[in-house]
Amino acid sequence: MSVDKETLVKVARLACLRLAAEKLEPLTDELNNILEWIETLNEVDTEAVAPMTSVVETDLRWRRDEVTDGDYAADVLANAPDVQYGFYAVPKVIE
Amino acid sequence: MSDPRTSGLIEGASGDWEIVIGLEIHAQVISQAKLFSGAATRFGAEPNSQVSLVDAAMPGMLPVINRECIRQAVRTGLALGAQINKYSVFDRKNYFYADLPQGYQISQYKQPIVGPGFVTIDLEDGTSKDIGIERLHLEQDAGKSMHDQHPDLTFVDLNRSGIALMEIVSKPDLSSPAEAGAYLKKIRTIVRYIGSCDGNMEQGSMRADVNVSVRRPGEGLGTRCEIKNVNSVRFVMQAIVYEASRQVDVLEAGGTIALETRLFDPQQGETRPMRSKEEAHDYRYFPDPDLLPLEFDDEFIAAARASLPELPDLKKARFEADFGLSPYNAEVLTAERQSADFYEELLEELAKLSGKPAKEVATRAANWVIGDLFGHLNKAAVAIADSPVSAARGAELLQLVDDGTLSGRMAKDVFEEMFASGRSASEIVAEKGLRQVSDSGELETIIDRVLADNPTQLEQYRAGKDKVLGFFVGQVMKATAGKANPKVVNELLAKKLKG
Amino acid sequence: MSDLRDLKIAEARDGLRRGEYTSRELTAAHIEAMAPARELNIFITETADQALVMAEAADKRLKAGPAPSLTGIPLAIKDLFCTKGVRTTAGSRMLDEFVPTYESTVSANLWADGAVMLGKTNMDEFAMGSSNENSYFGPVLNPWRAAGSKDNLVPGGSSGGSAAAVAAKVAMGALGSDTGGSIRQPAAFTGTVGLKPTYGRCSRWGMVAFASSLDQAGPITRDVRDAAIMLTSMASYDAQDSTSIERPVPDYEAALSGDIRGLKVGIPEEYRIDGMPPEIEALWLEGEAWLKDAGAEMVPISLPHTSYALPTYYIVAPAEASSNLARYDGVRYGFRKPGTGGSLSDMYEATRGEGFGAEVQRRILIGTYVLSAGYYDAYYLKAQKVRTCIAEDFRQAFESVDVILTPTAPSAAFALGAKSADPIAMYLNDVFTVPASLAGLPGISVPAGRSAEGLPLGLQIIGRAFDEESVIRSAGVLEAAAGFDARPENWWDSAK
Ligand SMILES: [Mg+2]
Ligand SMILES: [Zn+2]
Repeated sequence: MSVDKETLVKVARLACLRLAAEKLEPLTDELNNILEWIETLNEVDTEAVAPMTSVVETDLRWRRDEVTDGDYAADVLANAPDVQYGFYAVPKVIE
Repeated sequence: MSDPRTSGLIEGASGDWEIVIGLEIHAQVISQAKLFSGAATRFGAEPNSQVSLVDAAMPGMLPVINRECIRQAVRTGLALGAQINKYSVFDRKNYFYADLPQGYQISQYKQPIVGPGFVTIDLEDGTSKDIGIERLHLEQDAGKSMHDQHPDLTFVDLNRSGIALMEIVSKPDLSSPAEAGAYLKKIRTIVRYIGSCDGNMEQGSMRADVNVSVRRPGEGLGTRCEIKNVNSVRFVMQAIVYEASRQVDVLEAGGTIALETRLFDPQQGETRPMRSKEEAHDYRYFPDPDLLPLEFDDEFIAAARASLPELPDLKKARFEADFGLSPYNAEVLTAERQSADFYEELLEELAKLSGKPAKEVATRAANWVIGDLFGHLNKAAVAIADSPVSAARGAELLQLVDDGTLSGRMAKDVFEEMFASGRSASEIVAEKGLRQVSDSGELETIIDRVLADNPTQLEQYRAGKDKVLGFFVGQVMKATAGKANPKVVNELLAKKLKG
Repeated sequence: MSDLRDLKIAEARDGLRRGEYTSRELTAAHIEAMAPARELNIFITETADQALVMAEAADKRLKAGPAPSLTGIPLAIKDLFCTKGVRTTAGSRMLDEFVPTYESTVSANLWADGAVMLGKTNMDEFAMGSSNENSYFGPVLNPWRAAGSKDNLVPGGSSGGSAAAVAAKVAMGALGSDTGGSIRQPAAFTGTVGLKPTYGRCSRWGMVAFASSLDQAGPITRDVRDAAIMLTSMASYDAQDSTSIERPVPDYEAALSGDIRGLKVGIPEEYRIDGMPPEIEALWLEGEAWLKDAGAEMVPISLPHTSYALPTYYIVAPAEASSNLARYDGVRYGFRKPGTGGSLSDMYEATRGEGFGAEVQRRILIGTYVLSAGYYDAYYLKAQKVRTCIAEDFRQAFESVDVILTPTAPSAAFALGAKSADPIAMYLNDVFTVPASLAGLPGISVPAGRSAEGLPLGLQIIGRAFDEESVIRSAGVLEAAAGFDARPENWWDSAK
């Protein structure tokens, strides 16, 4: 499988990355090199192999249903680039 | 022309179209804390106050699952008669949105906690229908975006961010807006019964994504549109009617339906495409590496099952079988667990007071609860849990009628008073001396006097004007200040006038 | 007071208790060394004032009675760990001004044991890199230079700042993180000891995530004993991290018995890769001989999927990273750039397009691609299956051996810019470290010799899950036999 410029643009949009036009060509080549390299995995027969879910052998821990956190809006907003009336503010979204 | 709301059929210029509907209901789990953090879930707090560092997706923050949310999902799955999956997986659903702080929603994709099940809905024509449930999965709610607070900014509040939702996905088995409405109500009834969701659609703790498509009868499924976040049963039905007709118009004009996400505008009563969701999404689901698969054993399921109350369908069947209630009465009384509990308590009390088997007094009790009590509660906008008239006091009132102490008319007045003051029927009866007069000797004396005092009317009656009987009854009631037993008065009058 | 900087943690611990010097003096000596070391660009943020306050508190604690081993020991912290009230950048423009309101579990454990924070060390952006050239704050220079050369070398990455800090004796020890080799490879490049614990041994809470299923915190120190001391403090069970393992933390220092008689050491044939420099091969053989001399038994083993480890890693890690880094959107913290169109998505794209550097963008793109519709099965699912094979290789090997000995890196430190044009050549740096990462196993790099140019070379010991003790014990033997005591010349301090 190889990536063309249109695919790269699509992927960049999915990842919300603005790529400069002059970067598209070299990036496409780079990605194709990397993809070609990682496709050596196809040599491995994984027909009967289960995908790794976790390297640690343990059970998922469950938390008790108790309010133990929150109530510090100032901390939550402390690093925000734009705060208005206790809300995060972003460019207007039209639904 | 049939009504598409109940028939699910749209008569187009070129023939009939069927509506095919599937619902994805998002039901907020009742829990103290969020699905993956210890922040509170309470409604209506100051913006961004019920937000942990995890909910705000601060760098390095990690999710830890809330046991109660797992338990509630299992209980709900059991109540839907669905398969419970002892092994399920949390996936990340990746997309960018202002109120999605992580840039992904932790949800369940290929391996949900609850698999297929079904619910039975009752339709207006008296028939019922099984609607398939495809799955129920746990996922995080997003925050809330406010678009109308500032001319060129959207404000984001993360209080809801991370609250546990159960997404209940139906099969496309719903074929009319009425069925969709009945289904939504049924799910609401069930989750409220078992206490896994408060079902409050105005506050957004329950909302539905409605998938609508149309097709020619007998043909395969058409392309669907998804109407996002509809927040009342009425709107769901309106949205389907509008959307289905829109699709028929497009198709009949030779167009095709685009697979898209739409919004329902209740003011305009129409659906329109969502601009923010225009781009085709590729959610890039993959198992969340911060979480291990979710596993539990049969014991956990058994404990969840043991915690379930009697479910509405069973309760309704029992009310019909044991109490001889009509399907309508049984349906109304079991729609809410609190109503059913109230009714059963009242019935038990009444049976005790009257010494009669429950079945004998059940319909009378049901009619009173549905008619008088619900009428008053509705008018006063009071929940049954806060009813000023308790079940025991309602039973006492009904017994006062049964034993002849109060006439039906008097009982209505006493109930008004009970409802307004919260006092018991016996208190009111005693205070006002409201005892129905049924003693025939006493009544005969009064009747004789009334007849003697009204010779003209007596003349008229004897001349064949039967209607005058009512006049005499009225006079007797007046003379007894309304306390005369109308049945006895009628009997005595009839005898006297004949004689 | 430069002699104070020659001390190892264990020595300083004892000296502090004997009252030979105070933590304030020890700390001040290191702070003094930080100024000239700016030449090496080790720190992104220096916290000298805070260090002195912490040192004074440590001195009080030491005076009051028994105190934990790390009390009063000045350490450097990789800027991947969130530190309360202290800027934490992860080496990225994206977090240039980010000041956490919280402290990572691992660093909190160190402070609870009385350690002193000197500052936050430079690193490859979001821990993505093997040379530390991917930092928004500029590359770190390796304190080591080839004999007779004035050319600057990379310190390895991504914990390059932490490794350089220890090698340059600016810090007595440093906190690093390892996703595919980011502790072990820079340790090898700088003549230091780097220990990556078992996945789940140290909490990931408060550590900026790169690839969640691989990231592990670990120490970089001057010797194995110091690494054991630091790990004992860092490791804990953390209920805030679902992948943290609830098991007691041993006293890892006690594992250094020096006795490895009867220990079975696996030598994986697949690590003898094409083009491996003869001096690396020779060092590896030397390592075998040292361990054998100490009574261990060498066992040839096969890890047949070794050559697939790197491609697997370069699917799994970018996939997870593409999702982990989605939170950097300019809304709640960090860099924000309004887009030209003025819409929210313009803002996202501009913020992320400028806030992330080239390598981070490259990996986000790869990760996004391998997860996207139609490619998930072919790439991501396939990689997770091969990952199972790789873990299974190790599981089988550990049925017949106790630890595995390999080189740490296929070369010594290289020149700045030497590999930046070819991503795959850069990725190959981690060929020996990535397999253990994919299997979640503990690994350590010990400086064991020098290249022909006089640069440090490391050997790696990999152990069973949660058997850090065998890893530490055999590393201690290797270290003693190698007797590596070379130190870089202090060329960066013009005052010297
Ligand atoms: Mg949905
Ligand atoms: Zn959903």
